[in-house]
Amino acid sequence: MNTIQDPARRDFIKAGAALGVGLTLGFHLNSTRAAKLSIPTPAGEAFAPNAFIRITPDGAVTVLIKHLEMGQGVNTGLPALVAEELEVPWKDIRVESAPADHTLYNNLLWGPMQGTGGSTAMANSYEQLRKAGATAREMLKEAAAQAWKMDRASLKAEAGHVVNPATGQRLSYGQLAQSAALLEVPDKVELKAAKDFKVIGKGFKRTDTRAKSDGSAMFGLDLYLDGMLTAVVARPHRFGDSLKSFNADKALAVPGVKAVFAIPAGVAVVATDTWSAIKGRQALSVEWEPGPGAGLSTESIFSSYRELAKKPGAVARNDGDAAKVLASATKKIAAEFEVPYLAHAPMEPLNCVVQVKEDSCDIWTGDQFQTGDQRNAAKVLGIAPEKVRIHTMFAGGSFGRRANTQSDYIVEGVAIAKRMGVPVKTMWTREDDIHGGYYRPCYLHTLEAGLDDKGQPVAWTHRIVGQSIVAGTSFEGGMVKNGVDQTSVEGASSLPYAIPNLHVDLHSPKLPVPVLWWRSVGSTHTAFATEVFLDELAHAAGADPVEFRRKLLKDHPRHLRVLNLAAEKAGWDRPLPAGWGRGVAVHESFNSYVAEVAEVSVQPDGGFKVERVVCAVDCGTAVTPDVVKAQMEGGIGFGLAAALHSAVTLRDGRAVQSNFDDYRVLRIKEMPRVEVHIVASDAPPTGVGEPGVPPIAPAVANALFAATGKRLRKLPLGTKVV
Amino acid sequence: MIHFTVNGKPHNVDVPKDTPLLWVLRDQLQLTGTKFGCGESFCGACTVHIDGKPAKACAVEVGGMAGKSVTTIEGIQGAVIEALRDTWAELDVPQCGYCHSGQLMRAAALLSGNPKPSDEQIDTAMNGNLCRCATYQRIRDGIHAAAKRLSA
Repeated sequence: MNTIQDPARRDFIKAGAALGVGLTLGFHLNSTRAAKLSIPTPAGEAFAPNAFIRITPDGAVTVLIKHLEMGQGVNTGLPALVAEELEVPWKDIRVESAPADHTLYNNLLWGPMQGTGGSTAMANSYEQLRKAGATAREMLKEAAAQAWKMDRASLKAEAGHVVNPATGQRLSYGQLAQSAALLEVPDKVELKAAKDFKVIGKGFKRTDTRAKSDGSAMFGLDLYLDGMLTAVVARPHRFGDSLKSFNADKALAVPGVKAVFAIPAGVAVVATDTWSAIKGRQALSVEWEPGPGAGLSTESIFSSYRELAKKPGAVARNDGDAAKVLASATKKIAAEFEVPYLAHAPMEPLNCVVQVKEDSCDIWTGDQFQTGDQRNAAKVLGIAPEKVRIHTMFAGGSFGRRANTQSDYIVEGVAIAKRMGVPVKTMWTREDDIHGGYYRPCYLHTLEAGLDDKGQPVAWTHRIVGQSIVAGTSFEGGMVKNGVDQTSVEGASSLPYAIPNLHVDLHSPKLPVPVLWWRSVGSTHTAFATEVFLDELAHAAGADPVEFRRKLLKDHPRHLRVLNLAAEKAGWDRPLPAGWGRGVAVHESFNSYVAEVAEVSVQPDGGFKVERVVCAVDCGTAVTPDVVKAQMEGGIGFGLAAALHSAVTLRDGRAVQSNFDDYRVLRIKEMPRVEVHIVASDAPPTGVGEPGVPPIAPAVANALFAATGKRLRKLPLGTKVV
Repeated sequence: MIHFTVNGKPHNVDVPKDTPLLWVLRDQLQLTGTKFGCGESFCGACTVHIDGKPAKACAVEVGGMAGKSVTTIEGIQGAVIEALRDTWAELDVPQCGYCHSGQLMRAAALLSGNPKPSDEQIDTAMNGNLCRCATYQRIRDGIHAAAKRLSA
């Protein structure tokens, strides 16, 4: 699983050189957009020692990014690894999205598959991209050594140049590019020691801020190709329904509407422009065949989940004999937790631009799962997956939504473009997004625990009921073990606390509502249930919540370190104003450790505000410290939206919410002051995109308990404690 | 034909009058810095200036635009937006960045009318602009820093 591929393969040169052509071929972009998309590359002259680096004679160093930039900072953190080893000033680094090709751009923690998710981008690239940079550096040094008839070992690389320290002679990387391109790629290269880092762990800026401040950043939705049409799709609002019949007459009468036809997802309305397509869809009349979602409601789902929770489930973890010890415990505590379906609701609604050609296809989109999407698009067209070229654009948020093994938003776009024969942008409205499923599943958790006469927890049982995310997908084989979807129980089955008798089991009922990973996946709900319940045990034991956790984490130094750091920086023991409360939660996800202390103020009428959050994170080496901080700040805000507001509820199998008025997310007024502290570490880096999310909901619920004495076990919490 | 000005240039557009200004800017004029987020004026991703005042382009019908002047993120100029862009860069405010055209257009309107806003005034002015990456803390800090820079 953790094998690092050797990127130093000479045949990558071909791929790198071809890329400049690949990005510009075949399409005449509208002139206003062309400048932003076509990156002229003097193919054949570039030094491309591997699939990640291209140095042209003008000295430009381009780093190819195999992951999706969706805000988490891969276009900054990944080139930093190259800049470090290659000895290139940060300002001279350019970045470009890599083409979809799992043979070159495999996610080394998943593969063989190109994809972004699970907070793996930095973790799987750390050694790969440093090696790529070091390989290029040594080849440039060798080229200079040959020019000067010297030994490579006596030369130095610095600031985009190879330097002869004895004579002060210098050659720039641009000057050396062509001769370096003719050299053999070395098998082995030395990586720099952490103490010599000049970029990694230092303060440097994102590569994309300017473009994201002047309107020039290109998201999928921003692509306009000559002759392009725009499509929207009428899909069944009720989950599980299918198309019975439709009448296109009125839709086709809308000016601008070009075609209306059935596709597997529903009925496509294709028009010259977005507004005509939307109006065409409004005019369309469709009859749906009721399916298994008829009658399904949030109430009926939780009622059936409560029945299931009475029975034992598939065992995820079993230490000691929890049932027996629980029966004889001095004190017993039981609680039930409930979390709703959640839509990802990224700011950029889903979309893709597709052009189908005779035996190939081009797709422009923000994409987390390029390899699976190539495969699924190819299936629609009956061509080989490698004939599907995916051009990965910036994604306006994603949070897991564009990591879909069904490729839902891609295959429908391909089906439409295939029929139309011209480029088509298929786009979703916000209502399509909120109604569209692929939600974080709703879950019911039931927990019981026993304390001994000293107030120490001696037994813990935890039952989880909720849909499996990976069931029926290509991930099922790897991620379901003994009937347990690991993504349903992660964070619960990995409970770090020293409780000798511990039992975790799972029911995975099937429902016609499609579900998907949502930023931090299982930990979105397991952290809430376990960290609130642990707080309940601390209260029952008459113990301080931080002190109670400390004792139970003595064998988990990384948990303990973030807990202590957050508590110290928050001033855990300092008194708060009247009506305020402080709560803590600590949770590991994706091998990163995060503790958060939340402070809330509660008004006499029960209205409350999250005032301040202090966060401590241990993500190993913090390659881009400011991005780490930003991800914690953003993860806390994203998690707080779900903690306070967000829920998709079902009535007769349909999502009740439609847009940001009723599917509420966090607004600036509700954003607390967040302080982030990074644990100094030279361990290999782990991810930061997701791990900031899980602790915030339990920290806030625990703070509200501290302020009011009311224990809240159901999300969303709302804005008032009643 | 509807005649109006966008970023100082006169335009004549021939589309149904009920077409939202947002889709005219994007689909007809290819000014794609103005983003689509909700279509119902809930999120602010499409914030532009109409005759100098911030407006949500998804909720403005182009039929009412005759004779008016629109400024988008591509066309806005002056010390205020320059200061905001500089502090946005200094603090690396955006993450995914999708909402930030709208955030900056709204922030520029705020600072033009109130050169030294408080946290509360910032929150009130910016509350209609959603950011799913929750970059709100840096938005606040970026506006304060730009205000300071402009008063120096």
